[in-house]
Parts: sequence; C-alpha cells; structure tokens
Amino acid sequence: MNEEYDVIVLGTGLKECIISGLLSVDKKKVLHVDRNNYYGGESASLNLIQLFERFRAGAAPPPSLGPSRDYNVDMVPKFMLANGKLVRVLLHTDVVKYLEFKAVDGSYVLQKGKIHKVPANDSEALRSPLMGLFEKRRARNFFLYVQDYDESDPKTHKGLDLNRMTMAELYKHYDLTEDTQDFIGHALALHRDDAYLTQSAMPTVLRIKLYHESLFRYEGLNSPYLYPRYGLGELPQAFARLSAVYGGTYMLNQPAVEVLYENGVAVGIKNGADVARAKLVVGDPSYFPDKVRVVGKVVRAIAIMNHPIPNTDNAHSVQIILPQKQTGRKSDMYVFCCSYAHNVAAKDKWLAFVSTTMETANPEAELSAGMALLGPVEEKYIEVRDICEPLDDGTKDQAFISKGYDATTHFETTVDDVLDMYRRITGRDLDLTAKEPVTVEA
Amino acid sequence: MAAPLAELAQQQTAKLVLLGEMGSGKSSLVLRYVKGQFFDYQASTVGAAFLTKTLPELNVKFEIWDTAGQERYHSLAPMYYRGAAAAIIVYDITSPDSFTRAKSWVRELQRQGNPNMIMALAGNKADLEGQRAVTVEEAQAYAAENGLFYVETSAKTSANVNELFEEIARKLPKPEAAPRPPQGGIVLSENQQQQPKKSTCC
Ligand SMILES: Nc1nc2c(ncn2[C@@H]2O[C@H](COP(=O)(O)OP(=O)(O)OP(=O)(O)O)[C@@H](O)[C@H]2O)c(=O)[nH]1
Ligand SMILES: [Mg+2]
Repeated sequence: MNEEYDVIVLGTGLKECIISGLLSVDKKKVLHVDRNNYYGGESASLNLIQLFERFRAGAAPPPSLGPSRDYNVDMVPKFMLANGKLVRVLLHTDVVKYLEFKAVDGSYVLQKGKIHKVPANDSEALRSPLMGLFEKRRARNFFLYVQDYDESDPKTHKGLDLNRMTMAELYKHYDLTEDTQDFIGHALALHRDDAYLTQSAMPTVLRIKLYHESLFRYEGLNSPYLYPRYGLGELPQAFARLSAVYGGTYMLNQPAVEVLYENGVAVGIKNGADVARAKLVVGDPSYFPDKVRVVGKVVRAIAIMNHPIPNTDNAHSVQIILPQKQTGRKSDMYVFCCSYAHNVAAKDKWLAFVSTTMETANPEAELSAGMALLGPVEEKYIEVRDICEPLDDGTKDQAFISKGYDATTHFETTVDDVLDMYRRITGRDLDLTAKEPVTVEA
Repeated sequence: MAAPLAELAQQQTAKLVLLGEMGSGKSSLVLRYVKGQFFDYQASTVGAAFLTKTLPELNVKFEIWDTAGQERYHSLAPMYYRGAAAAIIVYDITSPDSFTRAKSWVRELQRQGNPNMIMALAGNKADLEGQRAVTVEEAQAYAAENGLFYVETSAKTSANVNELFEEIARKLPKPEAAPRPPQGGIVLSENQQQQPKKSTCC
C-alpha cells in the first residue's frame, strides 16, 4: 500500500463504495480501506455471529435461530424505490448485474390505532377503509391532478402555481380531510414530519409522482419498493466490485488506519508504520472524528421472529409507517420487515426493524407503538446511533466526508449525498443518463 | 434471431466463480475458455471480470465471475461467491503456497458458501511439469476427501480447459431440481419502463 493514489477512501459503507466505483470508472487510482473485516461499514448486513458480537458480546447465538450464515441483518434498514435514484445509479454503472432484487410485498400505514395497506391499484383503493366514499372521490381528483402534472406543460397546472402555493393550500384546494393529508404526506410523499405543509407544494407533488411511478415501474409490484436478496449489505459490495474491476485496491481489516494530515490538509493515511499518499481522502464520519458534528440520534430495535407481522396478510416483506400525529410524536416511526424469502434470515424466520428519530431520554419507550405491532419476538436488540455531518465541504482540507445515514425509509437522500460528494470531488455533475458499458459478452 | 421463448425458459443460468491465489491463472483459464486466447503476460483483470458463455448442447449459460484483484489483500467480498452454483478453486502446480491457499478457500466455501455448490479443484500450469511442486497424488487425495472434482489444466496449452468447464456444466443440478428458482425476482432494466398507468389509488 506504500504507493501514491489519486483517491483514498475510508470505510466501505454504501456511499463510499458508490464513490469509489464511480471514481475508478473515471480512471482514478483508488485505494479503499476499512477498519472492519467485513464490507459495509455503518450500512453492513451482519450474520448472527457478527450480530451477537455487536449486541451480546460474549454470548453465542442460540441454536433455535438456525445457522449464522443464513442471516443478513441490515444495520441501516431501508427499501429502494423502484423508480428512485439508487436504481438509476445501479443501471448507469451496470452494477445491477451483480445483484438480484425482489419486490416488497406491501406498504402499510397506521391510522387510528390500526394498520391498513396503502392501496397499490384501483381495486385495492376502492376497498380500502382508509377513506370514506366521498373522501375517495375528492382524493381521486387530487391524484389525477398530481399524475397529470408536468412542470413543462402549463396546461396541466390548471392555474395553480405549485412553487408559490403551500402544500396545505393545495390540500385545501382539493378539500381533503386531515386524515387523508396525513396519509398522503407520510405514506406516499414519505415526509418524516409535518414541516412540509407550510412549504411550497412542488417538492411534495414530485414525491407523490415518484411513489406512483415506482409502483408501476415493474410488472406485478404490490408496493413501490424493491429489496435485494441477501440484504442491503450486497449493495456496497457490488459497488466495491465495480471499483475493483476498474483497478481499485481493497484492504479490509485494518483497525489502526487513520487519516494523515499535513498543515491541516488530508494528504493520505497512516496504517501502523505504513503511509499511503493521495490527492484527496474520502470517508464516512467515523474516520474524521474532529471534522464532524452530531445532528441527530436515531433509535432502532432489531427483532427476530418466527412469524410475519400480524395483520399484514402474512407478508414476507413490508413497511409500516406510523405518522407522527397517529402516535403523538414529532417525527414518524418506521417498521421494516423481511424474511427468509429475501435470504436475510434462517428458514421460517422474519426480521423486523423499528426505528425513529430520538426525541426523549428513554429511547426504548419511544419505540413502543411500533414494537406493539410485531407480536411476540424471539430476540430483540436496541441501539441508539448518532447521525453525523461534516463541518466543511472538503475544498479546503481535501477531506471529503459523507453524512451519516438519516432516518428516511429509502435511498433518495443517500444518493443525493453521493452525487453532491461526487460534484465536490470532481468539479462536475454525474450524468446519470450516460451508461458505461461494463459487460463483456462472449 | 431471437431464441424461442420455450428454449429460453429451459436454459439454465449458472453463476460460476473462480478463486485462488494471485497469479495462479484464474483469468487465464477464463480467457482461454471463453475466447480461446492466452497471454504470457496477462495484465491484471481490468474492465472485464464478468464474462458469459453459453453451452447450447447442455442448455447452460455460465455467468463467470473473476476476482477482479480483490484477492490481493484477502479482501474478497462474500457476495462474490454468494448464490454461486459452482466454484473453480485454482492453484499453480509449481507453487505449494498456492495449494495451501486453495485449501483455505475450500474451507471458507464449506463454511459460508451455498451447500449445494459444485466445487472443482484445478491444478493449473500443468505445462510446467519440470517445476512441479505439488504432486498429482497429494491433490487427488485432498480432492477425494473433500468431495471436489479435480483436474490438472493448462491455460497455456489449453489442456483440460474445456473439459473442466463442461464437466461442471454436466454436474449442475437440472433446472427442476435447482436449489434457487428466482421466484418473484425482478430484472432491473432501463427499457422495461412501462407507461405510467393511470391510477387513482395514490
Ligand atoms: N505456463 C503457464 N503460465 C500460465 C498459465 N496460466 C496462467 N499463466 C501465467 O500466469 C500469470 C498469472 O496468470 P493470471 O491468469 O493473471 O492469474 P490470476 O489468478 O488471474 O491472478 P490475479 O488476477 O492477480 O489473482 C500470467 O503471466 C499468465 O500468463 C498456464 O497454464 N501455464
Ligand atoms: Mg486475474
């Protein structure tokens, strides 16, 4: 490793691996190092042995849970929107060929203490108890407006200026009740709190469109979400492979690695007696403790169960959104569930994750509304995590630091951060419409 | 011409991975098999660590994965061999260290890999008989003990290269009995975009 590189990347989380894949394709000489002996950093998927090392140090997993290697437990649970930015990056880089995806069975939302499926087609919508008959008619007009809306075609605006009116005003225009607003804003537009109501309507309308396009992106989806077989930890590994295919060098299991600074500028890394130099250093916040600050805390429970979540039609994979108003909180709570059907747990086991932005000093109690939906659990682990952000943009000190993974349920902000880092590092935007050929067909 | 649907449906896609010490000849074996080429100074595998080859007689399409150099610091990602139907573990018959590394790969796959994976042990560079350091007997005994299919190959002369891959293709479980039918799998592609349907559900 005692060589000179264009870029050294620290931590093999998803963001770092996408960056190193993109830069390697750009013909940069990349060295990618991780302190852990596994890929994924904060966004890894752990097997049972790794999970117990983390949450039950010293204890061995009980045999009733099945083989360790059958587990791929996400440390940052999220689903991919089928028409979202991550799918576009996967297609652009052709990394998609290293992965296999399956649809997520359903998305649910809590309303008045009960969970309901978010309708995925017209007949489900007709039967759904989420809205009364008259409300459904009003909502229908709203959805037709949103689907037809095309920024470049003023005819579709119907005299409304979405950049100037607030979302609350748009709801009012269509005369939608508060429950419907709650449903649209949190289960479709995927807002985490109600701040969007007083902001311009445009971003929310675009988010509803994204949800809708995702739902109809591939045949037979019952939710707008996809999830990779073997867990999200496959994503960073697939991008790391892209980097390696283009000559990137990977070194895992380097616990002593640290950034080397000269006159306050990052010039490479130190690893014991070894030094490697680079024009710039990229990494996750944990490698730059003096250059980041904590901007929030997420509390998360991980549960292993031998049954699906009750009232989800025996789904093997679901998301449940608990809008803040429904639980009397300031931010939404999310439940994710995946099973052996996605190869993330042993036969006949389900994994459930409950997470929210921490608001009190008693994190476990904060999760009670979500935990109550799960039914009996075999194992439960609770974790509070700091979300960090860089203090600077890297232009002065050549240290390009990613943001921690936020509480959103999908990867839109993850990819936004990557695209922003790419711009800061290379000085140009990534053109997601240009496709790099990677496959060699013989 | 496009293949008839029925034929496509029967064709089996099998992920095949190559593992083994740096320089044992993994890339050379793939290149010899897929393209019939050999280079005395095979450059590090850049840009083409994923090749496909179809064997129409056996109705098998191999997706062949090469390590892409992650092996150098023993930092190969587990996704590399996850879901693989077959693995070729390559060593260089002139290097005892490469044989030791091959054995550690066999252990790793037995521990972490797909239990139905077909494993082949290839003693490569068989053309360098004069510099042999690993005997056929030793390798054969080890392969027998561990239930591996064993063969000595030369990417240089092409000896046993086709035989190696074809024997693996023959050993693959028939599609009906395949351990992982990709039920509910979704193929992500650009051109699959449907016209966004009109719907009033959301
Ligand atoms: N004589 C002889 N040389 C071979 C044979 N196969 C490969 N080589 C040579 O061995 C060297 C390494 O071969 P590669 O195919 O690059 O080995 P590799 O296992 O892919 O190595 P890494 O990608 O670095 O892990 C090259 O110089 C090849 O020309 C063979 O059968 N006989
Ligand atoms: Mg090679």
